[in-house]
Parts: sequence; structure tokens; C-alpha cells
Amino acid sequence: MSWISNTFSSSIGRKIIMSVTGLFLCSFLVVHLVGNLQLFKDDNGVAFNAYSEFMGHNPIIRTIEWVLVLGFGFHIYQGLALAAKNRAARGSNYVSDHIEQNSKWYSRSMALLGSIVLFFLVVHLYNFLGSLRFMDVPRDANGNEDAYGLVVQAFRNPFYVVLYVVAQVALCYHLLHGFQSAFQTLGLNHRKYTPAIKALGFGFSIIVCALFAAMPVYFFFFKS
Amino acid sequence: MAGSNPNAKPMNLTLKVWRQKNRAAKGGIVEYKVKDISPDMSFLEMLDVLNEDLLRKGDEPVAFDHDCREGICGSCNLFINGRAHGPEKGTTTCQLHMRKFSDGDTITIEPWRANAFPVNKDLSVDRSAFDRIIQAGGYVSVNTGGAPDGNEIPIPKEIADRAFEAATCIGCGACVASCKNASAMLFVSAKVSQLALLPQGNVERKARVENMVAQMDKEGFGACTNIGSCAAECPVGISLENIAILNREFLAAKATSNNLV
Amino acid sequence: MILDSKIPEGPLAEKWEKHKFDVKLVNPANKRKYDIIVVGTGLAGASAAASLAELGYNVKAFTYHDSPRRAHSIAAQGGINAAKNYQNDGDSVFRLFYDTIKGGDYRAREANVYRLAQVSVNIIDQCVAQGVPFAREYGGLLANRSFGGAQVSRTFYARGQTGQQLLLGAYSALSRQVAYGKVKLYTRSEMLDLVVVDGKAQGIITRNLITGEIETHAAHAVVLATGGYGNVFYLSTNAKYCNVTAPWRAHKKGALFANPCFTQIHPTCIPVSGDYQSKLTLMSESLRNDGRVWVPATKETAERLRAGQIRVQDIPEEERDYFLERKYPAFGNLVPRDVASRNAKQMCDEGRGVGGSGLAVYLDFADAIKRNGADWVAQKYGNLFDMYAKITGENPYEQPMRIYPAVHYTMGGLWVDYNLQTTIPGLYATGECNFSDHGANRLGASALMQGLADGYFVIPYTIGDYLAKTAPKPVTTQHPAFQEAEAAVRTRIEKLMSINGTRTPDDFHKALGHIMWEYCGMARNAKGLEFAKAEIQKLRREFWSDLKITGLNEELNQTLEKAGRVADFLELGELMIDDAYDRNESCGGHFREEYATEEGEAQRNDDEYAYVAAWQYMGDNQPEVLHKEQLHFENVKLTQRSYK
Repeated sequence: MSWISNTFSSSIGRKIIMSVTGLFLCSFLVVHLVGNLQLFKDDNGVAFNAYSEFMGHNPIIRTIEWVLVLGFGFHIYQGLALAAKNRAARGSNYVSDHIEQNSKWYSRSMALLGSIVLFFLVVHLYNFLGSLRFMDVPRDANGNEDAYGLVVQAFRNPFYVVLYVVAQVALCYHLLHGFQSAFQTLGLNHRKYTPAIKALGFGFSIIVCALFAAMPVYFFFFKS
Repeated sequence: MAGSNPNAKPMNLTLKVWRQKNRAAKGGIVEYKVKDISPDMSFLEMLDVLNEDLLRKGDEPVAFDHDCREGICGSCNLFINGRAHGPEKGTTTCQLHMRKFSDGDTITIEPWRANAFPVNKDLSVDRSAFDRIIQAGGYVSVNTGGAPDGNEIPIPKEIADRAFEAATCIGCGACVASCKNASAMLFVSAKVSQLALLPQGNVERKARVENMVAQMDKEGFGACTNIGSCAAECPVGISLENIAILNREFLAAKATSNNLV
Repeated sequence: MILDSKIPEGPLAEKWEKHKFDVKLVNPANKRKYDIIVVGTGLAGASAAASLAELGYNVKAFTYHDSPRRAHSIAAQGGINAAKNYQNDGDSVFRLFYDTIKGGDYRAREANVYRLAQVSVNIIDQCVAQGVPFAREYGGLLANRSFGGAQVSRTFYARGQTGQQLLLGAYSALSRQVAYGKVKLYTRSEMLDLVVVDGKAQGIITRNLITGEIETHAAHAVVLATGGYGNVFYLSTNAKYCNVTAPWRAHKKGALFANPCFTQIHPTCIPVSGDYQSKLTLMSESLRNDGRVWVPATKETAERLRAGQIRVQDIPEEERDYFLERKYPAFGNLVPRDVASRNAKQMCDEGRGVGGSGLAVYLDFADAIKRNGADWVAQKYGNLFDMYAKITGENPYEQPMRIYPAVHYTMGGLWVDYNLQTTIPGLYATGECNFSDHGANRLGASALMQGLADGYFVIPYTIGDYLAKTAPKPVTTQHPAFQEAEAAVRTRIEKLMSINGTRTPDDFHKALGHIMWEYCGMARNAKGLEFAKAEIQKLRREFWSDLKITGLNEELNQTLEKAGRVADFLELGELMIDDAYDRNESCGGHFREEYATEEGEAQRNDDEYAYVAAWQYMGDNQPEVLHKEQLHFENVKLTQRSYK
């Protein structure tokens, strides 16, 4: 129907896609984080492997996974398309531009930060999901695929550790802007609640990314 | 005659001014020196000095838009030292005074840059895109005559005040100029929220926001990524809250209007 | 030439109703066969263009700005009067009429002013319906404030930006008609001549300011809504582009120019700070509600102050002269604009002025701050104080403001009859461009009222009367009159471009402004006017032999634009001087030093000068011919204004 495509191809429509998919991806981050926190459990990966097995084979999760893929797909495509469109709308650049005096660098660098996260995502999927899905992974005592072993192995490599930490810093800044921005785009700005949304977004970005970043560091220093 | 501060010393400045013959021509920075600039001069008066100088020498003065010189008509539009309307907060170019600069300073002056604002000449740009956006729906459709008594519809003071605040937009385009994406959302949102807040605007609110956003996109402005430069540089302090209202209005209109395109 | 004001017969209060019934109407289906040109898109122009288009006429609207929203109506601060009597304080149409006639020092036409007061109430309704966010009370109803020259609260306002909000309302109505295709909008187009065919206005010549192209436009009628000519003084509160070219061109094509010397000098403006000064900024009249105007009591103190030997804070109370309170105990600081301005000038002439130049008086808020606190003052006047601080770099909370009178509004303009038609059939003038409603002095908050009254509620009726008598045949630019006018415009531009002298347009403009301000400003006398006339003639000759313009016509050339406007100001200036010279009385903004009461107040001469002076152009460098429209006052009694 034309009104739907017209809506979502408009500048605000595109932003609505960005914000809805962005918030959805935030919820994914929470789920992913909660599951992965089991890596810190001192049981040689028993719990983590069981969780991983569940996530890899439960039909509901596998269905939702496609929604997640779509969410990523839309967010990435729309984000890059918007960045290109916006760059074109500016046309030429100022000879002297002190935009840093009126806005935050990470707000202006969402495409760059997002691209770093995207690069990380590819490496990350190759490291873990690729192995689990397409290769023969040894099984643990409970017969679950030893995802934990993959983690231990991967984070012996300092290159990966650095990449993962850098990516989490990028994600953190991406979220610092993105979280509250999503609410603004959806029109949810109110002098009573917006300060709370901003505080929540700040806490969310720091805590989630710090915990994710702690994983490779922990394994590199304590488990290798 | 001395000004308010008789001790203020005149300044000598270097100006780097964007010169461009016309829309099609390629522009570039040209350097000029101005001498004995009083700190009490307005920025535009300093440019007047430069222009009189150029004219006397047989050169072409720098074209720039200005009119009321009291910060309300929205004509003046200079990008000064990397900032829309220069370094002072809440100030149009014409209200910027030279006491904000120091002797020996180099000042870079450029036109607004956005595809939707082509350069006419030098520092003058074409902002008619804004007019076309208003023409797309920035009004209440009432013909002259036949309006009910002004007190017929009571409007809570708080609502009237908020509508007024949105309505104070002077249409200068600093929001577009300072936005990395050349987005016109702050401008459009100011009009949309003014009329969305008031009961008079209610009748046409859905069509209004749909048509104005469509026109905004057609003009080639970028999309808002909530960076906030626009509101930070807006000389009359139009708030980002308006953009949220615009987004909300748009979403609600698209979801509930009977418009199938 | 007999000036027929076409005032309808009958009692004052019934004239307009009766007239609306008597005027001929254009059949709705025929309206689309008529084209109307509206020049200027401020309050008067935008409201006229929108309203005429709503009726079904094809409108072409012209502005030299990049957008109609930039017109200088936007800068009006205070408010708009309307006889709503929402405050239950005794206001009425008659009272607004009476105040306006009296405020204008009995030099306005009764019937026009009464109609203005009548339609004032419709303006507010119309603007509210458009979504103009007027100030409201907590109960949600419209708020009012009081203004100079009135004892009731009838001024509607939108903080200090009433003009902006009203203009944006008219602009939105105009934009709507542009979207409907009923108005064709020409931006950055400056009218350079009027085309008269067989004695009727039938088109205009414009210059596209971006390309330099000269264009011809034909229509069945032309409405000029091009504002006032205060910039003849170079320094004024007008915007920089404000000019007299459109009405002046019409004047030279046969439209009479009325009361050109009636100029309003506003008492509370930020003083000139140096030779580079490009314009003056008004501080709203409302400040005089709480600010006290004073100068040092002696010349010696003033001199020491100016030399920087003492500070304003060092002057003890007894050495301060609150001259308005002293001379006018009844009205104090709230005397009308012309009286306040004249007194400030007098103090400075006595050598008691303050500021570096000695051309300023103090407007002091120390008492108000002491009485009610700085917060209270900030709440009431915060934006004005900020503006003052931005421009002067001084903090008005800590030291008194310096103010000085400045040219603000021109009551004179094209002579129009009751239908707002000039002496050229088919040519109308609305808003500040005409002379009609303010007599010799305009009251605060009445300019917005008049602009919108003319545009929304008068011209839509009266222009129909003319069009109904004109055949609905298409008009074209084929008539030789168009070619002639176009050729004349081209020749003039070529002439300006080819002088190749040494002085810039601004240079001449400043020189003209200086002459006008010194000799035809706040106070005038015969000797000075004679001198000024010769000076202007000399300056005009120099202009046409020593002007310098660079660049080409075929591009955006702001120097050329300016030069054309200054050329017209140089002619208008002389007419203003002739008019001031001819009017041997003092009234309103026109103060002839020879005609003052013993106390130095304006002395009217109703027996000989209760007329509108309408001047007819007789050719280049020829004296203009004066025609008089006698003013008849049947509903008010002429009295000497007293504010003591």
C-alpha cells in the first residue's frame, strides 16, 4: 500500500524505523547480556553451554532470531541510507565549522560508531555463531556443544580482546545518543519524563557495555 | 561621537569572506582587512564598513541579506567562525556586536550551506523552500470575515504561551545551517506544534503535518538525527520538544488519517 | 483638481454600513476574470492579497524580500488596539475613534478613523481564528494592556512580538492562497514603476533582484502596500530596505502625496553610538510606565559626566531633573510620543544631554527596582533589557538606560479617498503607505490595526466597486504604455550605472538624512527649511554626477538597489521640506518653532490649516502643486491638547 511505503520512506518514517529497531536491539542486548553473564559462573561453562544449547535449538527462539535479523537488517540498512542522504542534503562543507561547540561528537558520529559495531558484529558472528551453527563443536559433559570452550579459545587472542573492548566503547557511545534519541523520534518527549529517559539511557549504555566488555578482559586475564 | 564605552579601542581585523558570483559559479574564500572597527559596531555595521571600502576602491561589495537589524525579520544569516549567527548564544547576526571580538582576530564568514538553500551570491542564499513548506499547510484555513469572537474559544494560558514560544520562529534557517544533516525539522516543528497546541489548528492537524513533512522532504532537507545543534544555535530558542511533537503528530496522522497516499 | 474624499453621507456610525451596501459588487463567477497586483507583503499587503484571493480574484503579490514574512511589520513590538471592551473599562468604538482623532492632533479624516475603530474588533477575531497566539489570562480569555494616549486597556499583544505574530498570521493566509494558486507570489521583485493606461493604473514594472531582469505585469487594479518612508532620515527604526520608491513612482505618475512632513519621532530609542550607525532600535513605549526620564539639573554636571569625571551613580537626587514629571505633573513620564521626544531634544539642546555624544537622556529604573525588585522588572521588561544590553554592552539593571528620540513612522503617504483609492483610478494604497488615519501623530498600537483593517476589511469591499465598473476583459502588457515605462526604467538604471563617480549611495543617503534630521526633524523653522531645500537640491545634483556603483544590472546588485531608493528619497525629501514650510502651524509630529505656545507647546492653527495637504507632481525639478482637502469635524470638538 502506497501510504505505508510513503510513510516509511519519508524522513521521519525512516527515523521511526531507526528508533523502533534500535529499541528492539536494545532489548536484544539485555537478553544477550543476561545469558552471557553465565560466563562469569565458575562452573567451567556448564550453565553457559546449556543456555547456548537452548538458544540454538528452541524453535521459538529460532523464530525470534529471524525477527532479530530483520531488526539488524533494517537498522543497518536504514542507518547507512540515512547517513548518505543526510550527507547529500548538506552538499558542501563549511570552510570553518565549529559544530563541536553546539553538539556532542558521538551524536554526530552515529554512522561511524554503528559501522564499528557492525564490523565487530561480523567478527563476532564468525567467532561464535558461525562455529556453533556450521562446524563441529566438541560437546561438554552434559552433551551440550561446548560454546564456553569457544569463548575461552577466542579470548586468548589479544587482537580479539582489543576489538571487543573497542567495539563495546563504540556501542556505548552509540547507545548514549541512540537510546534517548529513539524516544524523541517516537515523539516521547515530556518535560516530566524526558530527564528520566535520559538518565535511564545513560545508565543502560554504560552498564550494558561495561559488562559486555568485561567478558573478553576477564577471559584473557583469568581464564587463559 | 563616542559610544557606551569610550575607552574601547578600535580593532583591526582580518576577514575571510566567501565570495561566489552566482548560483552556478564556484565560490571561494577571499581575505580582506578592515581597520578601526569600533567595539560598539554591530557585525553587519562592520561589514558595511568593508563594503563601503570595496565600493570606493571600485570592487564589488559583498552581498548579504539583512533588513530589520533588530533580530526579528530573520533575514540575516551569516555563518561566522564556524557557527550559525556567530559565537553568541540566542543572537542573530545583526545583534552580534564587535565587542565580542578582539583586535587582530581573523573572522571567517560563510553563507548557510544546504542543498535546499542554494547560494544567490556571496553570502546571500535562497530560503524559499521554507515558504513552500508553509504553503503546504502551515496555516489555519479560515477566510477573512466570519470568524467567531476572539473570546469564544478559551485557551489555557499555559497552552497559549507554549504555542507562542513555538510561533516565535523567525525563519532564518540557522537550524538548517547548523545541522550536520541540513535538516529543517526544527523550523517545520515550530509551526506544526504551534498549530497542534491550539484548538484552531485541530481541524486540519493531520493533513497539515503530512503535507508539510512531504514538502520538507521534497525540498531536499536531511533527516533529523536528534543531534541538537539546531536548538543550540536557534537565535530565538525554539526547543527540541517541538521536534518530538512533530514526530508524534506525524506518526498519529499517518496511522489514523484517511489519506491513502 | 478637486479632491473628492467620497465620504458617504449619513451619521458617522452608519457611514461604513451604508457604504458597504452602496458599493457595486462583482459577481462571484466574474471575480476570477479580474487580476489584481498587490505590492508589498507586510500586514497591509499580505492581508489584502489573501483576502482578495479568497474572494476569487487573481492576485499577483510582490515583495523585494526573499519571503513575505520578512516585511518590517514584523518588528512592531507593543500591540494592536481594538475596541472590544473586554476589560469592562468603558471602551467603545467611539472612544477609540475619539482617542485616535485627538492623538492625531485633529488632522485626520473623521469617517476613515471611525471605520478603523469599527473594524478593529473584527481584526482580533480574524487573527485569533488564524492561530495568532495572543497573550491570555489564566481563565483562557484574551489579555489586554494599556498604551499611551488612552485611558482604557484595549491593546492586544503577544509579548513584545505582536507585529511578528500578526504578520505570520497574514503570511499564513497568504501562503494558503499561494498553495491554492490564487496568489502568484513574486519574491525578490522590486516595483520600479507604475503603468498608467488611459488614466487608469494597469500594471507595474519590476526588477528581479537576483537576475536584474526587468519585468512587466498587467492587472485590472494595483494596490500599493509598501510601508512608510522614515528611511529618508537614513537613521530610523525602519528596516534597512524600507523605501519610498513604489509610492514615489506612483506619485510621479499622478498620485497625490499627502502630508509628507508628518513624521513620528519615537522618544525611546537606543541612541546613536557612532558614525557607522546603520539603524536605530526602538525600546517599547511600555518602558515609560516604570522608567523615569531625567538629565542632570545643570549643564556643568552634564559636562563632567560626559567627560567621564563623574559617574551617573555619583549624581545626587537633588541634582537630577526629572523634566517630564516636572513639566507635566498630570501625565508625567507618560506624555504622548511627540511631547516626550521634543522635551528630550530640548534638554540636549540646553547642553544637559548624557552619553558620550550628549545626545541622550536617562530612562531610570532604579526606583522601580527598589520598589518591586529586579525580578519584577525582569519579568515585565526582561527581553527589552536584554536587547539593550546586547546593543550597548551596558547593564540597565545597574545603570539607567540612555535613550533618544528617533524617526519611527510616517503618517503621510499617498492621498486616498474613503475607498483607499489614490487620485489615479485603479491605484489603491493601504497601510502606512497611505496617509489616511493617523493625522499628525499616530497613537501606539494603531499602526498594526490600520494595516490589517485596510487589508482584511476595507479593500476587499472598496476595490470591488471599481472593478465592477471595469470590463472583465483580460489585460495584457501589450499596450505601448508598458513599453514606455519599461524603457524609462531601463534608462534610469543605465544612467545610475554609468555615472561612475566617487561617492557611494550610502554616502549620499547619510548626507540626506543629516539634512532632514537637522532641519525637518523634531523641530522645524522657516529659515532652516529654506536652507535645507537648497542643500537637498545641491545634493541631488551631486548624486546624479558623482555616484559610484560597481557590478552589473544583470545580477544581485545591492548597491544598485540602494542607489535607486536613495534617488527617490532625494526627491521626496524636498517635498517633505516644502510641506513643512507650507504648514505654518505646529501639530502632532510637525513642530514649527515659530508656532509654539508660551510654554513651548505645539500651537495648532485650525482656522487656516485644518486640511490635508496633497501635493501634485508637475515634472522633474518643478515645484509641486498643493491641493487641499478640508477636514470637517462634526463629531469631536477641536481642543488644545494639554497634558499638564
